[in-house]
Amino acid sequence: MAQFLFEADLHGLLKLDTPIPNAPPARWQRKAKESGPGPSPVGVSPMKPVNRSHSSSKTPSKTPGKSGSKIQSTPTKAGGDRYIPNRSTMQMEMANFLLTKENDPAEESPTKKEQQKAWAVNLNGFDVEEAKILRLSGKPQNAPEGYQNNLKVLYSQKMTPGSSRKNSRYIPSMPDRILDAPEIRNDYYLNLIDWSSQNFLAVALDNSVYLWNHASGEIIQLLQMEHPDVYISSVSWIKEGNYLAVGTSSAEVQLWDIQQQKRLRNMTSHCARVGTLSWNSYILSSGARTGHIHHHDVRVAEHHVATLAGHTQEVCGLKWSLDGRYLASGGNDNLVNVWPCTQGGGGDFAPVQTFTQHQGAVKAVAWCPWQMNVLATGGGTSDRHIRIWNVCSGTCLSTVDAHSQVCSILWSTNYKEFISGHGFAQNQLVLWKYPTMTKVAELQGHTARILNLTMSPDGTTVASAAADETLRLWRCFEMDPVKKKEKEKANSAKSSIIHQSIR
Amino acid sequence: QQQQLGREHQGITLRGSAELVAEFFSYGINSILYQRGIYPPETFTRVQKYGLTLLVTTDPELANYLNNVTEQMKEWLYKCIVQRLVVVISSIETSEVLERWQFDIECDKSAKDDNGPREKSQKAIQDEIRSVIRQITATVTFLPLLESACAFDLLIYTDKDLAVPEKWEESGPQFIANSEEVRLRSFTTTIHKVNTTVAYKKDSVP
Repeated sequence: MAQFLFEADLHGLLKLDTPIPNAPPARWQRKAKESGPGPSPVGVSPMKPVNRSHSSSKTPSKTPGKSGSKIQSTPTKAGGDRYIPNRSTMQMEMANFLLTKENDPAEESPTKKEQQKAWAVNLNGFDVEEAKILRLSGKPQNAPEGYQNNLKVLYSQKMTPGSSRKNSRYIPSMPDRILDAPEIRNDYYLNLIDWSSQNFLAVALDNSVYLWNHASGEIIQLLQMEHPDVYISSVSWIKEGNYLAVGTSSAEVQLWDIQQQKRLRNMTSHCARVGTLSWNSYILSSGARTGHIHHHDVRVAEHHVATLAGHTQEVCGLKWSLDGRYLASGGNDNLVNVWPCTQGGGGDFAPVQTFTQHQGAVKAVAWCPWQMNVLATGGGTSDRHIRIWNVCSGTCLSTVDAHSQVCSILWSTNYKEFISGHGFAQNQLVLWKYPTMTKVAELQGHTARILNLTMSPDGTTVASAAADETLRLWRCFEMDPVKKKEKEKANSAKSSIIHQSIR
Repeated sequence: QQQQLGREHQGITLRGSAELVAEFFSYGINSILYQRGIYPPETFTRVQKYGLTLLVTTDPELANYLNNVTEQMKEWLYKCIVQRLVVVISSIETSEVLERWQFDIECDKSAKDDNGPREKSQKAIQDEIRSVIRQITATVTFLPLLESACAFDLLIYTDKDLAVPEKWEESGPQFIANSEEVRLRSFTTTIHKVNTTVAYKKDSVP
């Protein structure tokens, strides 16, 4: 931590717009002191315009020809046998206005109109009124019938602060709940929490995994590593919520059955710790410290069905897209790779995209749920940027500087927003509006850097795990009661079996 | 490739400039059609151009149509008689114009008389074109949703005295009634300068 304080100090020193304490007065300050109507305090910063001179002049008035108060009278008193202009007292705008303004605004004469027209032609290259507009006949075949434009580009008008619609929803600034997470490993590269569709929050605390039932508040210890030196490095729920995949520091990928609290499989294929996991139906993908990603088909004995070698350092971010077509991976080598779900011609997996723009480790990787092929990535301490990509065209749609290490990004399913988790210095969560990339809210409370974020199955609550050994639940995506009713109606159609007790 | 190398050494000629600009239009229009979802994304393929990954159509009829336009543009650019190229996007059902991409062309007519090539590196021009294309791609972040099925039209503004060639017909400007305009970057080959703006229908409800 000490290096950040040092950094902050350095920045303070290097910033030019704060006055240097105890410095000798600059020459311009001395001059101002001698010549100006009032004493100028030594602490006046060089950038701030010295206001005294403005009070004596009018705001630019439309009196042509008046070249009056352009430059303040030069100090003729002591010190100067040469004129040293005092930039800060000059009224540049006024001077410019007066210099460029015509003295006699002439009337619009016919010749003037001709002249202007000639200028227009010169500038445009042609007289717009006189051009001929042509169209190639034989319209090309339009898109096949039934083609729906699925580029759901959500648009919000150019946001000027005044005209923007007020963000009317209330986002509580305090977490709903704070849970204790003792012994949680403070390691940026691990992914220690995940929330299941059955409303169980899995938390890995060093060498154990606990399940917290959000509905009942019950806590169950699911497993503990036999070997004391081995720790859990990642957890990930299968979509249905009945199996939990666990990655360990001993390079194992384990599969646990929640109902029976039994380990079903122990899949070994990696040779270094498995820091990240992601499910795509029956395929479990794991990323390891070696930079390799393995695909495991959990239904068959020979589980290791593919290897993706695209990173040269630890894979810390791994996410399958919601439609299962792409796998996005981020590594400590600052790369983001987007992999297709099927192999290419040569039988090898090659990334369809590689993004090199991040200047730091990319752990935060998240797919947009309402817009196809849109991926958000966030960089570590040396980068601090959030980037939004279109993985088909490979272009970076937006970038925003979050000013802090980004550990996780989650898109909301209830609002057109996403949330990011950060570290030094504020350890905050930030809600961003998409696509305008404006901050909606900042949630503070953690006293040490946030390590992971995960979202509740109903999309209303975000859980954050931090190095301060707490888990905080933030109810930031609460639905409008009206909209909520609609959603509930839709959901009640499919009954959900909540595991009340697991024995 | 030989031709291109020659161009590099010799600078930009009028013909070379016309080709560069016509090529830009071809890729630019393809990008617009892809980005705005006028045609299904599966009908586009990725190619490398200007150091970027661009999408061009694989639909043969569409490709042919665009090719005709590009060839004609090349000729008119060479003769310096074309002033503007417009891509009009309108709703098929209501025929209402929803979006209008306007490429203004300024041609330095003195290039017709000089026979000497102009000094500007291909790379510099490519970089400028790349910036414009990137911007076109980025407009997806603020352009309004094109909800209904849309069709596109290509309009070319030429000198009044130009004889209308076969297959072409005269048309109106197809402006948008209540529009918001955004100006994108421009690029120049020193002979032709292209300015890009996109106008879209102002949504009454954002």
